[in-house]
Amino acid sequence: MTTVRLGCGAGFSSDRLGPAVDLAQRGALDYLVFECLGERTMAFGHRDRMLNPTRGFNPQLGARMRGVLAHCHANGTKIVTNMGVANPRAAALLVIDIARELGLRGLKVACVEGDDVTHLIGPDTAFMDHPGTVADVGLRMVGANVYMGAEALLPALRAGADVVIAGRVADPTLFLSPLVHRFGWALDDWTMLGRGTLAGHLMECGMQITGGYFADPGYKDVPRLADCGFPIAEVQADGNFVITKLADTGGCVTPATVKEQLLYEVHDPAAYLTPDVTANFRRVGIAEAGPDRVRVSGGDGSVRPDKLKVTIGFDGGFLGEGGVSYAGPNARARAELAADVVRERLTRINRLGGDLRIDLIGLNSLHQTAEVPAGDSADIRLHVALRSTERDDVDTMLWEVESLLCCGPAGGGGYRGQVTPCVVTHSALIERDRVSPTFEVFTA
Amino acid sequence: MSQRTIHDIAHARAGDKGNTSNVSVWVYDPKDYPLLKRTLTAERIKTAFPKLFSGSVTRYEMDDLHGLNFVMLDALEGGVNTSLNLDSHGKSFSYLILGLPIEA
Repeated sequence: MTTVRLGCGAGFSSDRLGPAVDLAQRGALDYLVFECLGERTMAFGHRDRMLNPTRGFNPQLGARMRGVLAHCHANGTKIVTNMGVANPRAAALLVIDIARELGLRGLKVACVEGDDVTHLIGPDTAFMDHPGTVADVGLRMVGANVYMGAEALLPALRAGADVVIAGRVADPTLFLSPLVHRFGWALDDWTMLGRGTLAGHLMECGMQITGGYFADPGYKDVPRLADCGFPIAEVQADGNFVITKLADTGGCVTPATVKEQLLYEVHDPAAYLTPDVTANFRRVGIAEAGPDRVRVSGGDGSVRPDKLKVTIGFDGGFLGEGGVSYAGPNARARAELAADVVRERLTRINRLGGDLRIDLIGLNSLHQTAEVPAGDSADIRLHVALRSTERDDVDTMLWEVESLLCCGPAGGGGYRGQVTPCVVTHSALIERDRVSPTFEVFTA
Repeated sequence: MSQRTIHDIAHARAGDKGNTSNVSVWVYDPKDYPLLKRTLTAERIKTAFPKLFSGSVTRYEMDDLHGLNFVMLDALEGGVNTSLNLDSHGKSFSYLILGLPIEA
């Protein structure tokens, strides 16, 4: 029986490169997929592109392609990715340059466009999951992109592209599209699309199914986590598949790792919405089929949603974070006093705008809102966060936190401060017929 | 002996979409699934953390695979857009829930 072997070479924008090279070299893959585009990563791409029209794609694209391209070419493995972010065309041209550098003459690289729907979004555009419109946000819009489905990637695959570079497509679509292409599934065969989407959903976060983000020492031990391998899906023509990894890599594939990923970011397991299908994971079977091999079957689906989801990105100003640590006897009282001093200085004396939050790391920072009782600790870090559209406010906050070194409670040390640009995203729905995916193939 | 927690019988993973959090909880041993279903209701989660999970909490049951999926609306302090929580994605909610004692 024909099997298509899919590998995942990245599950998020900053994922590791080495294990992707391993897969390119030794995975005997038909397709190597890099999923690198979170909800907010796109907005940063738009900002980069505004500053430099030849940028706006994944900053690690060059390093990743230099690492895997020659191996993929030698092994007949095609690459599918959303690393084009806000500029798939410039990304494709970079890959062409790299292919020529590597002597891979004739390599075909496709860019897929049509997801940028900024021109369709206006001040009156309403949000899909909460009240309000674009105008209500009160921030500068940087761009809007629609989640496209397999229809966007298939023409590039059919044109024989060795590398397909898209911007916004649904994450599972990156894996589903090669399956549709190779097995010839109809785009209204909801059961097959549901199964391919299940495979894509399980694969799209990379190591989160091979032992990454899983280890809990003494409860869920993972062998050689530092050498964890990326996953492989061996998919059959009936859409059922085995999840595995290279035998000599670290990590593990077990029914438990697969279950945790099955419902990752899923709400109703019977209705996982993508542009391609309403996937149903309710009756999925998960069974051990050998060491680091898990068989997944019984995915299903029904008719795809009428409308497509758009993510709209806005410039969110700046996030400043500064901290000072207190340790030893009475550390908690000194850290609490430092927090009081900073709060008073920022609000009463500096009259700062923006959102302010002060946490005591080591006592109760992550679950403060859950009102989990704080334990005591002799090693506490004051953490002050301020978000503002005004860079000056953020710098003032950092100055105040640093001044604690001489002006605050006794024994504070280890000031660090940083400023991070912020984006804000909201979602809306648009009609399918307003979206027209296009593609272009370049040859090295 | 200290009271047993959900962490002793189950594992979990949290995910986020906008201001909605979901946590799936899976028993290690299928024999513990009826106990998990009894002790970990949507109501239990809501009353354990009323300020954090002030929106609706829905439970989906995966009886074949012995797991529960909890979906908490408006649970992420506005979501990554506005939350100043260090864990703005609510990734640590999995262990918040696993830390609850088992009430037989």
